[in-house]
Amino acid sequence: MSNTHHAAAALPAEPERATLEGRNKILGFWLFLGAECVLFGTLFATFVALRNQVPEGPTASELFNLSTVALSTFILLTSSLTSVMATMAMHRHKVKPMLGWLVITVLLGLAFLGLEIYEFNEYVMEGHTFTSSAFATSFYTLVGFHGSHVAFGVLWITTLILQTLKKGLTVVTAPKFYVAGLYWHFIDVVWVFIFTVVYLMGKVG
Amino acid sequence: MAHAHKVKQYRGVMDWLTTVDHKKIGILYLAAAAFFFLVGGLEAVLIRVQLMYPEQNIFVGEAFNQLVTMHGTTMIFFAAMPAIFGFMNVAVPLQIGARDVAYPYVNALSFWLFLAGGVLMNTSWFLGGAPDAGWTAYAPLSTTAYSGFGMDFYVLGLQIAGIGTLIGAINFLVTIINMRAPGMTFMRMPLFTWTAFITSVLLLFAFPAFTVALVELMFDRIFSGNFFEASKGGNVVLWQHLFWIFGHPEVYVLILPAFGIISEVVSVFSRKRLFGYSSMVFATILIGFLSFMVWVHHMFTTGMGPVANSIFAVGTMAIAVPTGIKIFNWLFTLWGGSITFNTASLWGISFIPAFVVGGMTGVMLAAPPADFQYQDSYFVVAHFHYVIVGGVVLGLFSGVYYWWPKMFGRLLNETLGKLHFWTFFIGFNLTFFPQHFLGLMGMPRRVFTYLPGQGLEEGNFISTIGAGLMGIGMLFFLINIIITSVKPRTATNDPWDARTLEWAISSPAPEYNFKQTPLIRGLDAFWKEKTAGNKEMTPAEPLGPIHMPSSSIMPVVMSIGFFISGFGFMYKVYWVAILGLVGALLVMLWRSLYDDHGRHIEVEELQDEGVKA
Amino acid sequence: MWRLAPLIGVLAFILTGCGDPTLSALTPKGPVARDQMFLMILSLSVMIFVFVVVMAIYIYVLVRYRRRKGDNKIPKQVEGNHKLEILWTVIPIILLIIIAVPSITQTFDQARDMRKEKDAIHVNVIGHQFWWQFEYPDLGITTAQDLVIPTGKYVSFDVVSADTNHSFWIPVLGGKIDANRGIHNVFYLKSDEVGIFKGKCAELCGASHALMDFKVNSVSSAEFDAWVNKMKAPPAAVPASAAKGEQIFKDNCMSCHATGVNDKSFGPNLNGFASREMVAGILEHNDANLKRWINDPLAEKPGATMPKVGLNDDQLNEVIKYLDTLK
Repeated sequence: MSNTHHAAAALPAEPERATLEGRNKILGFWLFLGAECVLFGTLFATFVALRNQVPEGPTASELFNLSTVALSTFILLTSSLTSVMATMAMHRHKVKPMLGWLVITVLLGLAFLGLEIYEFNEYVMEGHTFTSSAFATSFYTLVGFHGSHVAFGVLWITTLILQTLKKGLTVVTAPKFYVAGLYWHFIDVVWVFIFTVVYLMGKVG
Repeated sequence: MAHAHKVKQYRGVMDWLTTVDHKKIGILYLAAAAFFFLVGGLEAVLIRVQLMYPEQNIFVGEAFNQLVTMHGTTMIFFAAMPAIFGFMNVAVPLQIGARDVAYPYVNALSFWLFLAGGVLMNTSWFLGGAPDAGWTAYAPLSTTAYSGFGMDFYVLGLQIAGIGTLIGAINFLVTIINMRAPGMTFMRMPLFTWTAFITSVLLLFAFPAFTVALVELMFDRIFSGNFFEASKGGNVVLWQHLFWIFGHPEVYVLILPAFGIISEVVSVFSRKRLFGYSSMVFATILIGFLSFMVWVHHMFTTGMGPVANSIFAVGTMAIAVPTGIKIFNWLFTLWGGSITFNTASLWGISFIPAFVVGGMTGVMLAAPPADFQYQDSYFVVAHFHYVIVGGVVLGLFSGVYYWWPKMFGRLLNETLGKLHFWTFFIGFNLTFFPQHFLGLMGMPRRVFTYLPGQGLEEGNFISTIGAGLMGIGMLFFLINIIITSVKPRTATNDPWDARTLEWAISSPAPEYNFKQTPLIRGLDAFWKEKTAGNKEMTPAEPLGPIHMPSSSIMPVVMSIGFFISGFGFMYKVYWVAILGLVGALLVMLWRSLYDDHGRHIEVEELQDEGVKA
Repeated sequence: MWRLAPLIGVLAFILTGCGDPTLSALTPKGPVARDQMFLMILSLSVMIFVFVVVMAIYIYVLVRYRRRKGDNKIPKQVEGNHKLEILWTVIPIILLIIIAVPSITQTFDQARDMRKEKDAIHVNVIGHQFWWQFEYPDLGITTAQDLVIPTGKYVSFDVVSADTNHSFWIPVLGGKIDANRGIHNVFYLKSDEVGIFKGKCAELCGASHALMDFKVNSVSSAEFDAWVNKMKAPPAAVPASAAKGEQIFKDNCMSCHATGVNDKSFGPNLNGFASREMVAGILEHNDANLKRWINDPLAEKPGATMPKVGLNDDQLNEVIKYLDTLK
């Protein structure tokens, strides 16, 4: 780890923006998130258009159990905070705390996914399957898209942690952490909208 | 330290499979676009053959619908779009004085994903029939209840190609924002680069909507979802909204770069600075912005009600204003100039009247009550072909003749070029002008036949003759390419006495583009240096080693992964689908774990090359 | 030279006139189509004015400023001209307003909901692959393929589809409206002239989209009332000569085709079939074509839902005899 320490000492204050490649990566990722906004925006639009179309199967207000969802929300919001802590640690060139915070982020992400799988399983048992109504199809598509984003984020951050153990924090790896952090916040923001539009509005009717 | 890395240099086919050089990727894009243009053109000719006389029985029913669908989809997604990406690759980094695009590896991936999607979709011809619900794929015709297996190829082919398009757009945005040479401010960028920029913005924000539409259709088709299944609460009009929220910006994705090419060509061949450069930039941005708020004009007869129809009608008419600004700016660039008529400028200059006709009918279509008559008739077919062929294709061919020497170091033959132009242009007008009247006389679009005695015979006959003439024009073009490719490379750096940076370096451009990054001192940077008596650009940096990215076969591997996964989904063999996706993910992982150190071209090598040139 | 191309097109147009007067949108037979025609001509005139201006400048510039042999001068590099640029921004806006105002007035006018109008005829239109069903809910009549309407009266349509999307279009009476599955669209038309007009499906709806034609029989009010009375009259006794055919019809066709005045069947209701203009919308109405159609519907209309029933030649002739009695 002495090598890592040496490299970290030579790092500039914002290592993710030290190279043109790093700056390109960050700008490109912001643009990608712009496209993701449209993607989720379209999924939300579809959901809003179809959410009351339930000719058969349970409706939203019959189905949702807000306490599980509130717990999910709490977990994911906390993971956003821990990922901020990781980025702050990176800016101070503290590799070990950074990795620590990231491990917590990943674990929280896994907990969220576990809850989501549990929740979907419950719904299916209550007769709310992908094919039961237009509401169900659009619900599973929207929430499932978000879930698969979380799963990808968990995988991604895990590989970053593993490669940093080997390579240390450098001007090459720093931008990767930075954009992974952006990604994680984005997922979190999308979930806030899902919580509001899908669950709260669904419960109200 | 980086000098120590020895990187394998490939030759021949492997060079093309592994290249990350934007100029070579540009050529790959253009070659693939040409191939798909010929396929789509053949489909068009077959359509016209069936419609040459009333009540013919050559391509009937499903077969005709497959031809129509594949013609539209191929031309838009697999001919026009890659041609535009091809020119963006060929010209944009050179025009802004960059050594490459921001992500060379991703650039290669964009191309191979597009090709994988295009090939996947066209394999449908051999695997049970092509898509048959029109390129617009309106639900519920496009769902499993009413259309064949072919629509699965449409859904998956376009999704795979769409990923490539999206990352390509991001690549060019970052390149243009971050990689401009010193002094190349936004308001000094050549107009083609500007249009490439706005086109990328449109793709970035429009394509995800289409991706979602395709995902929904795929879920309905493969997993029995209910997005468009009315009996389970689905909504068939939802598809139309999602499709056109993407589909209308897509039209501008195609036409804006054509505007850019015309702006370059008109300015170069009249030896004048582009008239009203800032208003051209402003008009481009405005058109891009407005293109997102007019999609309902494709749906006036869907039953949206008078309020929505009126709002979108006014929005649509508003687009005529910035477009008009562009037309007049081109005319006044020509005014007072010294106009050369060669093949490149003929294509470019003839764009103006052809596009004006398309624009005129566009304004006519914007009036909803009149549109109730035009909608889904041959009038619309005539309109969008005047825009897409008279606009996009004429612009693209102008670009082909204009940039050919920069790409290959050879000038295309002028005589054959002019034969190509005249046959194609006359054929184009013969094909599509009568279609305006066919539509008004009551011929709906996408019909495989018409009955005799309804006044539709003459127009259809003339139209078919015109299509044949366009086909003959394309033969001249192919002969021209073959003849030119065996000639020696004699093109000079600047055969057209042009104005922008790409003409300041050798033809074809060296792999590192600029030996020294140039210093930009104004609009039309190279012209400015030439009028100041300089032969070359003033360098902005001392001569030094140049870092180049390594070639890689991984983009091809990753695209094959998506291709296989696509087949897995279509045939519902999910382990194959997952295997393909996992393969693609592993490539991403490999790319993340092993850093690409690239290689350096040393000063001595640069000086050697300088001597050779 | 290349300007020849549009010229030939114009020539072809002049040769054929405005097309078939029972089909072409250029030969309007009612107020809606006439208003739309006015809008077309207005916008076309404005656009031709623009085209003439552009082409005048274009041709002048190309002739005047082409580079002559040996001419190597560098033209003056003009940056732009604010006055000109404002001019060609403002004039198009004015021209567009000229088009926009009548467009929007008409849009609202043509969107009037006539469903509650007492004096109007009400028709529910249901698009099927590949035929049209017409229901007159106030009159208790259901028919197919031939739409009978009185002149001088508004006809309010409620349009929907039973399967894929279609578009209901009678060019001489006015523009089209889509028939979407699960969504009802409302619009109206009016005919001023007696005659038989052609109708088309304008939205790609499947293999035989091209063959989804129908007829509009526009008749005087008196004739319309007579038609209603005839349809509502109790069916005449089937003559003995057609009894055999009736039995074959009952055995083979009744599962899809009703003949009762207001029966809604899976296939087209055949009440009054013998008086219809066409067979299956596309074939001239005579016994030979009818036989061809019943014998092998898919050969005439690919993808049609009517199967080949497999009647022998004798049975076909008998059924046709029966169908000919359904006046």
